[in-house]
Amino acid sequence: MACQPKPESNTNLLSEARTSAVVRFAGDSGDGMQLAGTQFTDTSAIVGNDLATLPDYPAEIRAPAGTVAGVSGFQINISSEDIFTPGDQVNALIVMNPAAFKAHIEDVEPGGIVVVNDSEFTKVNLRKAGYVDGYNPIEDDAVAQKFQLYKIPITRLNAEALADSGLGAKEVGRCKNMYALGLVYWLYDRPLDTTIEFLNNYFGKKKSLPKIAQTNINALKSGYYFGETAEIFTVRYHVPRAAITPGKYRKIIGNEALAMGLVAAAKLSGKDIVYCSYPITPASTLLHTLAQMRHYGVKTFQAEDEIAAVCAAIGASFAGQIGVCGTSGPGLALKAEAIGLAVVTELPLVVVDVQRGGPSTGLPTKTEQSDLLQAMFGRNGDCPVVVLAPQSPGDCFDIAIEAARIAMQHMVPVLIMTDGYLASGSEPWLIPSVDSLEPIQLRHAIDPEDFEVYGRDDRLVRPWALPGTPGLEHRIGGLEKEHLTGNVNYEPENHQLMTMLRRQKVEKVAERIPPVEPYGDAIGELLLLGWGGTFGSIHTAVQRARAAGKSVSQVHLRHIHPMPSNLGEVLRRYKRVLIPELNTGQLRMLVRARFLVDARGVNKIQGRPFLVEELMEAIDLMLADRFGPREFLVPRHHSVRLEDQEYDYSSREKVAT
Amino acid sequence: MSKAQLSVLTAKDFASDQDVRWCPGCGDYAILNQMKKVLAKLGAKREDSVFVAGIGCSSRFPYYLNTYGFHTIHGRAPAVATGIKIANPSLDVWQITGDGDGLSIGGNHLMHILRRNVNVRILLFNNRIYGLTKGQYSPTSEEGKKTPSTPMGSIDLPVTPLSLALAAEASFVARCIDVDKNLVEVLERTAAHKGSAFVEIYQDCNVFNHKAFSFATDKDTKEDHIVRLEHNKPLIFGKNRDKGIRLHNSKPEVVELGKGIKEDDLLFHDEHDEKLAFVLSRMSHPEFPEPMGVYYAVKDACYEDLLQEQIEDAIKQRGEGTLETLLDSGDTYIIESEQDQHGLQKN
Repeated sequence: MACQPKPESNTNLLSEARTSAVVRFAGDSGDGMQLAGTQFTDTSAIVGNDLATLPDYPAEIRAPAGTVAGVSGFQINISSEDIFTPGDQVNALIVMNPAAFKAHIEDVEPGGIVVVNDSEFTKVNLRKAGYVDGYNPIEDDAVAQKFQLYKIPITRLNAEALADSGLGAKEVGRCKNMYALGLVYWLYDRPLDTTIEFLNNYFGKKKSLPKIAQTNINALKSGYYFGETAEIFTVRYHVPRAAITPGKYRKIIGNEALAMGLVAAAKLSGKDIVYCSYPITPASTLLHTLAQMRHYGVKTFQAEDEIAAVCAAIGASFAGQIGVCGTSGPGLALKAEAIGLAVVTELPLVVVDVQRGGPSTGLPTKTEQSDLLQAMFGRNGDCPVVVLAPQSPGDCFDIAIEAARIAMQHMVPVLIMTDGYLASGSEPWLIPSVDSLEPIQLRHAIDPEDFEVYGRDDRLVRPWALPGTPGLEHRIGGLEKEHLTGNVNYEPENHQLMTMLRRQKVEKVAERIPPVEPYGDAIGELLLLGWGGTFGSIHTAVQRARAAGKSVSQVHLRHIHPMPSNLGEVLRRYKRVLIPELNTGQLRMLVRARFLVDARGVNKIQGRPFLVEELMEAIDLMLADRFGPREFLVPRHHSVRLEDQEYDYSSREKVAT
Repeated sequence: MSKAQLSVLTAKDFASDQDVRWCPGCGDYAILNQMKKVLAKLGAKREDSVFVAGIGCSSRFPYYLNTYGFHTIHGRAPAVATGIKIANPSLDVWQITGDGDGLSIGGNHLMHILRRNVNVRILLFNNRIYGLTKGQYSPTSEEGKKTPSTPMGSIDLPVTPLSLALAAEASFVARCIDVDKNLVEVLERTAAHKGSAFVEIYQDCNVFNHKAFSFATDKDTKEDHIVRLEHNKPLIFGKNRDKGIRLHNSKPEVVELGKGIKEDDLLFHDEHDEKLAFVLSRMSHPEFPEPMGVYYAVKDACYEDLLQEQIEDAIKQRGEGTLETLLDSGDTYIIESEQDQHGLQKN
């Protein structure tokens, strides 16, 4: 690699091989931590590591600088082995100011590396972070003993290194994230090429700011050289490339994969995608990504509100293209009535819910799985839709194609339940070959002879008759339809028949869903049943439990409605069923109601993914039959403990972050 | 459109097989009948015509036409119509709405379809009352209106639909009356317009708000209470065409012709003058005769055409995207078999 300088001195330096490393960058939301993290990710992907990432940023664009509320973080787990989570405990934390230190220090493993930008640990900044006057945590012996603390005046060193850049102090200051990144590149033995290329492309070519590009590159290299020459670090870590399937890869972010999947579905079906959306965190990047894909024939429509977005998508489907809309929980609530219209008019529709913490505005930038019952039932009337959930960032691609396929072939709305963690998380993605993608076969009604608006095929699907087709003129709408003719009909028996038909039509989608195959034992002591973005944490916990000789197995649902046809039978093969969810037990309610299985839950409602450790503890409590009468347990302070389950609701003490 | 088809379809051909279920005497019948005639006269193709509606008496309109139709949900027809035009710009899309559907629950969408200039013709049947829900006051009901929901009289100030449409940047704005001869003319002009067309139709609800527009429909007096707009012509009205509208300090005033006032002194209508259109939209009975006809009509690019142009431009600049280019996008890299430690390479 061209830009990897050879170490010259530092003779005492140890190089230590690691199978994995969890690195977290944290700073003020204006410090460029997301960019530093993304660059570390891209470089690690190209080096051949497996990886998983967890960006964590505030809802405010610029919360007051220097405060804990304004801290932005980016965590990445790089590994030489197959990994599924961004990691529980942080091995190395890089913090740019006291607020970031305060917000993240608790997550660092004892003995872990903590690099602090001590230029910023001033009286004023310490006060902004909420530390009492006179206390500076990086001067605290207890902190120094617990961690490998490296105090490096990044702001000052960066400014000195770039003194000749000809740029003002403000612009120079903006490069300090690259200085910090350079330092971390040195620490983890990564090449600089990918980031240099990015800086040249982004600042140099795209924004025509070659000077800014060069200054950032200088900052990056200066940070790297500092690590090499300053002899501060005693160990340098090396995470070898992972033994992953050979092939062509790219790093993929969940929302990016979903957008690509929708475009792929359009190409596979010969339809235009009409993506209608109203900006909402964390779904907006879907709209941004698709808006850049006009040359694929993608039509994006930024509607005036959530309701207009779904209605325009329904209009597009009526006119013969595939209407899609993306939103988050509050938007799904607003779309409810219109989704009902698509159910009764039996039109294709794909709705993506990138779930975030609720209720109401809730936690816009944090992840949660609490919209499942809204997706299932949040409409007036008996109003069944198909509900799917991707399980990893890369799986968002496959699930988008699957959703479009079901929507168009079965003339039914399909809801994709992704979440904030999948949407902005990333992983290396083995790019599928074009041939491996199955075309989406569609039939449109064209012959007026035997055309019935609500006639049905053997899957109970009505014909998709497109405006513009002579002789098939017909009217549809939200009023109850008469069986076969589709005319308005208020007859009691007809309404019951139509309600049953709509239900049966959705149930029949199960015929095309593959049966579940548990990971682990075919029959066993404990099954962990999950859905959506929790796959990685659950899978890692189950792997570890099995490595420790425990009979623990896993089923992860990608199809939630209808469920795979053998699920009930599979659940009965295990003595215990534990359902981990980032809500208070929504899938658990469905499973208990449907299968009469005494499933228990471990439920986290903190806006964060599960830690593997939390699931391990819940597994042990389940295996030891220690849940007692409790239907579910919650983790508190990174741990699931029986004695920690009761909240003192009368307490006026604030909960520590 | 071929000439053969022009002669084939009659108004009857545009009737669906469904019984019309409006109350006997409802103004909607007149509008439906004229609509069918206009479609036949203009040689519209049934298969390319789509009528979209929301909820309300007027919104049942699509069921009675043998074209494609979509009876959607309350207030949302503009959004559905927009989606239809985006997906297939070649369809002729009409939206039927009322004063409740279009101005109350759907007010937001109306504003946005107009400013985007989606090529949809919007007919708003204004009867100044909620009919389907049995007689509550609407956003166009007059102040003090006593209804089941306002037993002591409404305290809402009503909205003027045409002022609203003009403020929302509509490219075509017109008004007509369900039983007046100008309905056909206005519908024909509407059909010919490319872009969002907004037409307010005064429509009599003979059950809940009968004779709300009698000032404009009573044979003996109506010509004294309306002024018929003609492009480049002076605003003259009255049974004897002896009155006119003049601008005085940019405000309209009613004047009598003769007595030193000539036609040339009157206000001349200009369909391309947005400010004039707004002034006209503020003229209301009884202070003024209410203008009927086309207030405003300008040519402007349509949303769905601009969108299509962007797609064509993007294809020109970047080449047409295919599955292959899609899967090859982004920073890809090859990982070769495990033994080969030098196998890493950026693609």
